[in-house]
Amino acid sequence: MSADAWSLLLKALWETLYMVVSSGVVSFALGIPLGVLLYVTRTGRILENTLTNRVVGALVNAGRSIPFIILMVAIIPLTRLLTGTSIGTTAAIVPLSVAAIPFVARIAESALLEVPGGLVEAAQSMGASPMQIITRVLLPEAKGGLINGMTITLVTLVGYSAMAGAIGGGGLGDLGIRYGYQRFDGVIMLATVTVLIALVQLLQTVGDRLQQHYDRSH
Amino acid sequence: MIELKNLTKVFDSGGVKAIDEVNLCVPEGTIYGVIGSSGAGKSTLIRCVNLLERPTSGQVLVAGQDLTSLGEKALRQARHNIGMIFQHFNLLSSRTVYDNVALPLELAGASRQEIEQAVQPLLELTGLAAKKDSYPAQLSGGQKQRVAIARALASKPQVLLCDEATSALDPQTTRAILTLLKDINRRLKITILIITHEMDVVKSICDRVAIMSHGKIIEENDVEQFFLNPRTELAKEFVRSAIHEKPLAEIEARFQAEPSAGARPVVRLTFVGQGVVQPLITRAARQFNTDFSILQADIETVNEKAMGFLMVEIMGEPEAIEQSLQFLRGSPDAQNSSTVQVEVIGYVS
Ligand SMILES: Nc1ncnc2c1ncn2[C@@H]1O[C@H](COP(=O)(O)OP(=O)(O)OP(=O)(O)O)[C@@H](O)[C@H]1O
Ligand SMILES: [Mg+2]
Repeated sequence: MSADAWSLLLKALWETLYMVVSSGVVSFALGIPLGVLLYVTRTGRILENTLTNRVVGALVNAGRSIPFIILMVAIIPLTRLLTGTSIGTTAAIVPLSVAAIPFVARIAESALLEVPGGLVEAAQSMGASPMQIITRVLLPEAKGGLINGMTITLVTLVGYSAMAGAIGGGGLGDLGIRYGYQRFDGVIMLATVTVLIALVQLLQTVGDRLQQHYDRSH
Repeated sequence: MIELKNLTKVFDSGGVKAIDEVNLCVPEGTIYGVIGSSGAGKSTLIRCVNLLERPTSGQVLVAGQDLTSLGEKALRQARHNIGMIFQHFNLLSSRTVYDNVALPLELAGASRQEIEQAVQPLLELTGLAAKKDSYPAQLSGGQKQRVAIARALASKPQVLLCDEATSALDPQTTRAILTLLKDINRRLKITILIITHEMDVVKSICDRVAIMSHGKIIEENDVEQFFLNPRTELAKEFVRSAIHEKPLAEIEARFQAEPSAGARPVVRLTFVGQGVVQPLITRAARQFNTDFSILQADIETVNEKAMGFLMVEIMGEPEAIEQSLQFLRGSPDAQNSSTVQVEVIGYVS
């Protein structure tokens, strides 16, 4: 592979990492609280509220049912509002985050549902407030499941980020399509795929290790 | 210390009346047992005491305060005064033993130093000092329940609620946990309400006991009186299970419920304290020239007192048998039924 190709690959890797990590952080920061909201407002949970649960649940479902490629185009006004532009790597972070938030919310909700109800009850018997139950009991006890969910999200984001090429986001997927597919450059195609596989493997391994570290209970 | 007034709980789903107009009073410093069969409403009852379950009607008074009248915040405050332990321990798997015990104090906003000062003695009291940094997954069931007990005591409550606290443990571990509870009751003067379906629990540590059936309390008494003189059929059944009374195979063929000519009575003698019944029987035998054949005998420890359960067949002349029986029944101990209970359960011919 030529020096040119190497620098192309490195640049694309950097762009992918930038998009995945940024949108990952944004989607965790917003998706986890949303997942907590979905959990606590469920019937029989600590802040039962059917209306809130239905509305938020419907929004989350809607978000998850829109194909990413359409979402990307559909929210261009929002992207422009937030980043000042509708194309480029930074601009791609917006649709990636928006796509991942509902995904993270559902994953967080199901991780919380795994926490035995008896623990919440025990905390209530100690006089814990709903906020204390969330921060001291639910989230720490769901940590293993949450880490698992984050790993899945990041891996999914690597895949989605490939489509970000459509709005000039760059990244490994984009490189693979432009050079490998459109210009029949087999070497670059192969290199791109190899790096993507390695990246996903790395994410999964780190995620599994962390999850094992926190899940001392099982 | 705990007072339930006309407590009723109806579950919306299915409209089950899980608790039906229950009145209950647990005096300060006692260990009070509530026993009953599955589905009687015991768990619902104890969960009403700290309002984990909102009663449909009635009042719950703990330390003189009506919990049902409190707002969310005041209720949370009141709960610091009521510890609770559960059948399945409910420990946080992500926290060490130390941090589990520290949780109630953290919730109450205690400082690091205050927590340290409170947790260490509790770990020693419950025999967990060496396990301080272990995680629940590394502990046995008995150790987990000890952690739960230490945790329940961390906020220095006046009341401890135990819902089937030993039901998931083997007999030996159960014994150790019950001993610990008794010890805590003595040392800290804490009032303990225990829910159980095991008579052995009542037998070993309770001062008073109530029986629940279909959401109602059908009988209530001091534990010795309860063993001596159970009134309802259910109570009798529980007492028999606790003294391991066996059906009398050897006399079954000639057993009859009603007296007939020449039939000899089978008498069950229940008594508190050792050396009570022996002299009584000896005197009756001497005085009326009767023989007492012992069919079954058992000495049990009930709330740390010896209680005897004796089943005898009285043999002799019909006249003499009748006089012996009168004598036993007429003894001062039996008359006020405070220490001896005499009951003819049938006849053999
Ligand atoms: N959350 C609930 N919703 C509807 N019905 C309930 C609920 N909890 C309990 N019940 C019903 O109330 C009754 C009493 O239940 P409870 O759990 O208090 O019994 P229990 O005496 O503790 O039994 P066990 O010894 O099996 O634990 C049962 O008929 C049960 O089905
Ligand atoms: Mg129960």
